[in-house]
This record gives sequence, C-alpha cells and structure tokens, in this order.
Amino acid sequence: MTTVTRRAPHQGVAPAPPGPPKLTFRQRLSVADVKWSPYLYIAPFFVVFGVVGLFPLLYTSYLSLFDRDLLDLEGTFIGLGNYTELLRDSQFWTALTNTLSIFVLSTGPQIVVAVGLAALLNTRLRAPTGWRVGILLPYVVSLVAVGIIFANLFGPNYGLVNSVLEIFGIDRIDWQGNRFFSHLAIATMVNWRWTGYNALIVLAAMKAIPKEIHEAALIDGASAARRFFSVTLPLLRPTLIFVVVTSTIGGLQIFTEPKLFDAMPGSNNGGSSNQFQTITLYMYQTAFETQHLGYASAIAWVLFLVIIVIAIVNFLLTRRLASTGAEDDR
Amino acid sequence: MIAIPAVVRRRATGDKRASFWVYGLLIAFLLGSVFPFFWSFLVASRDSSMLTERVPPLLPGGNFLSNAVRVFDSVPFWKALGNSIVVSGAVTLTTVLFSTLAGFAFARLRFRGRNGLFLFVVATLAVPTQLGIIPLYMAMSEFGWAGELQAVIVPNLVTAIGVFWMRQYTAQVVPYELIEAARVDGCSMIRVYWHVCLPAVRPAAAFLGMFTFMTSWNDFLWPLVVLNAENPTVQIALERLQSGYYVDYSLVLAGTTLATIPILIVFVVLGRQIVAGIMQGAVKG
Repeated sequence: MTTVTRRAPHQGVAPAPPGPPKLTFRQRLSVADVKWSPYLYIAPFFVVFGVVGLFPLLYTSYLSLFDRDLLDLEGTFIGLGNYTELLRDSQFWTALTNTLSIFVLSTGPQIVVAVGLAALLNTRLRAPTGWRVGILLPYVVSLVAVGIIFANLFGPNYGLVNSVLEIFGIDRIDWQGNRFFSHLAIATMVNWRWTGYNALIVLAAMKAIPKEIHEAALIDGASAARRFFSVTLPLLRPTLIFVVVTSTIGGLQIFTEPKLFDAMPGSNNGGSSNQFQTITLYMYQTAFETQHLGYASAIAWVLFLVIIVIAIVNFLLTRRLASTGAEDDR
Repeated sequence: MIAIPAVVRRRATGDKRASFWVYGLLIAFLLGSVFPFFWSFLVASRDSSMLTERVPPLLPGGNFLSNAVRVFDSVPFWKALGNSIVVSGAVTLTTVLFSTLAGFAFARLRFRGRNGLFLFVVATLAVPTQLGIIPLYMAMSEFGWAGELQAVIVPNLVTAIGVFWMRQYTAQVVPYELIEAARVDGCSMIRVYWHVCLPAVRPAAAFLGMFTFMTSWNDFLWPLVVLNAENPTVQIALERLQSGYYVDYSLVLAGTTLATIPILIVFVVLGRQIVAGIMQGAVKG
C-alpha cells in the first residue's frame, strides 16, 4: 500500500509567496482559493462519514446501555445490562458460532482456490482477458439473486444438488435442517461469488513479481513447486494479507445469504432452531422484528469488537504463514 | 548477466503455453460460474412442476414470458427498476464527483493536516459502518425519510474506497508541472480540477463509477431496513417475491433473471474494463 508520498513543497502549488502589501482583490481571492479549496474538496467525505458512519457507530454504543424499544421515545438506562444478558443468551452464542463456522468454511478454501486459479490464469493462455472476465462473472450478480438461486439449488426436497446426489446413489442431505450442511451451503454461495474476484487480485500481484527473481531461482535449480512456495507465495504476502483482512471484515457481517437461504422465506430466524442465523441477522431480527433497539445495539457493538479482534489475528497469522520459506524476510 | 535461453526463461517465469489440463480446469471453473445463471433461467422458463421431477430437464421451456408477466403482477417491478436506476445513478454521480475532488486535493494540493487526514480515510476502510444501521434508521425516521429514496442515497454519497483509489491514481497520472502551468495561466483551483485533473483521471473515474453503480444496485441490508414493499429497489422486490408463504420458484427465478439481465449486459460490454480496474487497483492499492 503506497502511503502519502512526502514531496518537497512545489512552487506553483504552494501558497503564492507573500506578496507586496497591496494585494488586489483578485490576488486575495486567489490566495484564499489556494488555502481553503483543498478543505472544501475533501469536506464531503468527512461530512458523510461523520454523519452516517462515525456518529451512528458511537451512538450505537450509547444505545446499547439502554433498555429501549423501537417505539419508545426514551429508554431506561441499564448500564452494561444488555451485555451481561448477551453473555447468557444462548441464541447469541449460536449465532456467533454459526458466523465463525461459515466464515472459516468460506474464507479458507476460497483463498487457497483463488491462489490456484490465479496460477492457472498466469500461464500463457489464448484470450487471457476472456478467461478473466469469465471467472469474474459471479461477482457482478447481486447477493439476493445468488441467495435465491442457491436456496433453490440446495432445496431439501426438489433441489438439484440432492437430485444429483441421488443419481450417484448418495442419500439426500437436509441442507437447511442440518447445522453443518447449512453452513456448507451458505459458504458455497460466498465462495461462488468471491473466488474469481480474489483470484484476479492475486493474479495482478503475481504479474507484478519481477521475472528476474524467478530466473534467479531457476538458475539455482529450484523446481517449479519450490519456486511457487518459496518465491511466489512469500512475494504475494501483502496481497494475501489484504485479501484475508477484507474477507474477514466482510465475511463476519454476512447477512443476505443466510436470510435468503431460510426455508421459511422472509423469516429472520436463520432456520427453525437458528442453525444458520448469523450475528448480523440476529442483530437485524432483534432491532427490526422484535424491536429491542438497545439489545440489538449491544449485539452490533460486540460484533464490531469481534471483527476487529479477528481481523488483527488474521493479519498476524497471514503474515506468519506467508513468510515461511523466505528466511531473511523481516 | 548470464544470458538465459528464451525457452528456459519462458518455462521459468510462468510464460509457458498453457497445457490441456490448465484449459480443462479453467473450463470447469467457467461452467461452474455460469451454471447457476443457466439454472435460474431454466427454472424461470418452465412451470414449477419441473422441480418435482426426479431428473430435471436441461433445456429451457417456453414459459419465461408468462412467468415474467406474473413477476410484474406480483410486485411493483417497474417501480423497483426505476428506483434502483435513480438510486444507483445518483450515488454513482456523487461518489465519482466527490472522490475525484478529494483525490485531487489529497494527491496534489498542499494543506495543513493532509497526511493525517488521508490516514484517517484509509483507517475508515476497516470500519464496518453497516453496524450503525440502528441509529441511522432512527435518524431517517426522525427526518421522515423512512421509505423514501433519499434515505438510501444520502448515506452513500461518497465512500472511503473511492477517495482512496482516486488519490492513488491522481498521484500517478497528474504531474505537478501540469497544475503549475494551469495556475500560471490563471486557472482557479476548481478549474484546475475540472480542466486538468478530471480529464487525466478519467479511466479510474470510469472504473470507480462502474464499481459504485454495481455495489449500489446490489445493496440489500440498508434498503431492506429503510424502504418498504410499496417503494422498493430491485433487490427488495426480489426478496418480497421470495418471501411468500409458498415459494413459486419459476416466478421467483423469473424475477431473479429479469433483475440480473441488465447487470449481465453491462458486464458483457464493460467486463474488460472492470477486470482491468480490479487488477490495477490490486497492484496499486
């Protein structure tokens, strides 16, 4: 990630030199223009982020200290009551486990496959762009469409997946009812949509590796596999960290897929016994179905903390994993 | 440096011609990517009894149009399409405008606090803002915006990722000298932005525009919270279709197909640019 480059002050762009005492109106206008317009240009982002990003997040933490329903004008202050209740709430723990399980089932395989796919695309192909466009296709489809299509494919009675299993003499699987298989089905949606996208990002990083490094390894007698694990992979590290951290932040907030996967459409339960309800879905249900705003805010805030902790853990983990094989690295 | 024969060099650097197996695997991937669309259309073009057959047919039937008509009867689909176009169009315009402006300022103008403020923008990339929907919803109700399109547009006027991308790109393609020249010629800052910066960053701005449009078009959680069935976006209309007591999949998937076709057309036309944009962003980001 290139951060702000420090540049020596450049003449024409720097504020005009303090001129003679008598500035014309135009000149003064120009000085003010140079001085203040940058702030004006960046203002929209900060205003929007402040109003719809930062303020709601902070206010969420404030709300989480109250017992407050959607229709209440004022809540009752209960301190950390929502949080202690949350710790004893088995549905919350179920949702947390579900979220982590779906996250592991999606992110892990997805990144491994994305790296493999990128390696395939990094060979000399005919019509390279065509293949890249092809594997990106799922990425442009809306999550709702993905959810609906896969809910149909994994349907318990007439779903295509079960029909195919049956043709091969395998028993039908209750994709909605069984906790593990429901997670697997949801993870499949996530993987289907994101693998190609991540493969392109990894491919871009592979293309950016200087060929001389590979040649040097070749002259040293490294095999293709060795070159992949000891040269390519370590050099992909910054990209892999980026991919893992972004999928962590996105993957832990997964909402649309489990919501649409429910065999009782429109329900926010995430299955009859919450077997695939995720935390964001639980938060949504608590806030907008049962309308406990204070409690839902506590859920949101806990998820926020979970995301930060896991993102940091994954960041450190990827750094370690991807650096094996490169001895003098850092 | 030792000269390396071209053949060896090619073999070493992933430049070798792709083998049969590589093509085979890629084709398998491609089929996997395309199949769900095909399936969706297949179900949409038949009636629901197809799904009860033991071995489902693999050729489209002739019912797509009648199913599509039923979609328009069941939900306000035209309205949803119009709403989605208005929302995504507005969000795209403002995001591109504000991001290029901020990118220009961060990359090429000097002002106190520039580096710190830019770091702040980067840090906000990691903030899961969707967790703030509860107060945001309360605020929108307070304004009387619940159920109205501006409730979906205003929170997405500009994004951190847009500002970040445009700053990186502007720093690469707009030389200081060009800005100086324009200043010497008497351009005000805003005209420097309009006549010098904007034309130079057009490719990245175009990519940002496509990306923003798609993201906005596909957005679900926030519109679900703040809009309602009478005034939906396409995604909300789809969800409504599916949440009947009994799910008629040939109807629901006809709706899904209808909603996906516009985005597929855009993708077929602009796919190359989208791929290039993602790969460029990956290296520079």
